[in-house]
Amino acid sequence: MPDLQLFLDGVPLAARPGQTLGAALTDAGIVSWRTTRNARRPRGLFCGIGVCFDCLLMVDGVPNQRACLTPARDGMALRTGADEAQEARDA
Amino acid sequence: MLDVAVVGAGPAGLAAAVHAADAGLSVLLVDAGTQPGGQYWRHAEEREPEGGAIQAPAGQHGWKRFVGLRARLYAHESSGRLTYWRGTQVWLVETGGAGVVLHLTSTLDVPGSAPAKLPGTESARRLILCPGGCDRQLPVPGWDLPGVLAAGGAQALLKASGTAAGRVAVVGGTGPFLLPVAAGLAGAGVKVAAICEANSPAGWLKNLRGAVQAPEKAVEGAGYAAALARHRIPYRVRTAVTEIHGTDRVEAVTMSKLGPGGAVLRGTGRRVPCDVVALGWGFTPQLDLVLAAGAGTAVDVDGSLVAVADARLRTTVQGVSVAGEATGVGGAAMAVAEGELAALCVAAESGGASAATAALGARIATLQRQRARMRAFALAMHRANPVPGRWHGWLAPETVVCRCEEVSYGELCRAHDELGAADARSLKSFARPGMGWCQGRVCGYATASIAAALAGRPFAGPTAAEDLRSMAKRTLAAPVPLGQLAAMVPDGAAPPRQQPLTKETDHDHR
Repeated sequence: MPDLQLFLDGVPLAARPGQTLGAALTDAGIVSWRTTRNARRPRGLFCGIGVCFDCLLMVDGVPNQRACLTPARDGMALRTGADEAQEARDA
Repeated sequence: MLDVAVVGAGPAGLAAAVHAADAGLSVLLVDAGTQPGGQYWRHAEEREPEGGAIQAPAGQHGWKRFVGLRARLYAHESSGRLTYWRGTQVWLVETGGAGVVLHLTSTLDVPGSAPAKLPGTESARRLILCPGGCDRQLPVPGWDLPGVLAAGGAQALLKASGTAAGRVAVVGGTGPFLLPVAAGLAGAGVKVAAICEANSPAGWLKNLRGAVQAPEKAVEGAGYAAALARHRIPYRVRTAVTEIHGTDRVEAVTMSKLGPGGAVLRGTGRRVPCDVVALGWGFTPQLDLVLAAGAGTAVDVDGSLVAVADARLRTTVQGVSVAGEATGVGGAAMAVAEGELAALCVAAESGGASAATAALGARIATLQRQRARMRAFALAMHRANPVPGRWHGWLAPETVVCRCEEVSYGELCRAHDELGAADARSLKSFARPGMGWCQGRVCGYATASIAAALAGRPFAGPTAAEDLRSMAKRTLAAPVPLGQLAAMVPDGAAPPRQQPLTKETDHDHR
């Protein structure tokens, strides 16, 4: 099966069918896609199985999705910086 | 109303659901994953309706057993005897009536990912909770850097899509699970610079009586030893990763020798460059639903909070049984046996055509004996691989303990020293560990252990259980959309708005 094409903040990102977003990002050498609220530290995968919520990102406009669980689909638009997006909405 | 609901489709839940259906019961199976297998039998996306992949993928154990259970699961689903909600989590369980009511929500919110026609609730006469577990974590300076993963997370990437988490890895913690993680990484082309095992294999020898009770484990262990030798992976005993270095991602670790009780031996630190660190200190059972059901809990030999269960795997709550890691961490083979045991006991107690036959009773007795044998092995493993009592020694004041709320060890010390927090509950209310997105699932054990150390008491017995319980109790067992909560509230009353507990789906704003 051909690779899927996703977009991370508008930049093309390849994924294999059946991969999670976390796996596709890892394969692309990307290890962080979120910044913490207080210390502004980078975060990415940690538990890898949906428990820790460290790997949150925005998927097709839906915020705070777990990259480690969400399957990659062709054309998906991913946005980094979930915490900032959250704060903007809360404001 | 269905006869029995099973939550979790890992080794325990899969066995429970299949055997309950085999025994003639109508079964509901709810699982967060999109495919059966749980964490242990996590596998690549199934492309055939019947699952395909009869050949064991790399790193899988007991695959034939899984394929057999899966085929029976799908057959029961086709026949209509079993309803299987995939990609679904239980966020609330109600007990006390004629049966149990499970409140359901989809695991994922991305459009198209939620199961079609998922009902808000399902009811059943009996409930078997098979929630499994996740890696237990101990904070260490730098563990919040990208590139640091739970050992199980590194393995999940490999099992699900063959993704290697990096190029050079250090695997650290304690217990036999470090071995398959290191072997899996090496098999995927990652250079494993070291396995840091905090304990010593000599601990195995002392507990050999338990170990020889389960010979298949010894065979598995021999396989890993061969893999370590083939890939030239250094296995460092009485050694721990005591600091992780890097600015925006992992660049190296310091590994140090540990003395008696796990005290860091100063001056023994050695810097090892790497871009992945995989950490695991045993496992923490997921007790959200056990606690939500109001079932009794206690501290196991390994320091984990577990459900209290009788020989028929019934909890202290009427109608609620439990199987797998939630009864005490014991591994997949024990989980499968417990799943079948719980299901057959429910079948025997439910009456009906095949219930209470001599064959059923004999099988239950056999499973109870198997369980006792496997439990003896698990206890031996736990005693050989304890969390070092003095692990707090490698914490610095600025070390993050709660990753979600970014609470440092220093802040916990201040909550104790200046505000008098003498237990986990007060640490939580004064300094907020465990109050973020993960609700203490990651830092719960560490915070409870730190609470005991700060108060100058041993981390054991009823006080440890209370510390663990106060970090494990959650209002909701899974994040749910606000609309789903609102639907439960009578007209006129406002739904609770607790940000970290709920997932903003944002559907209303688009």
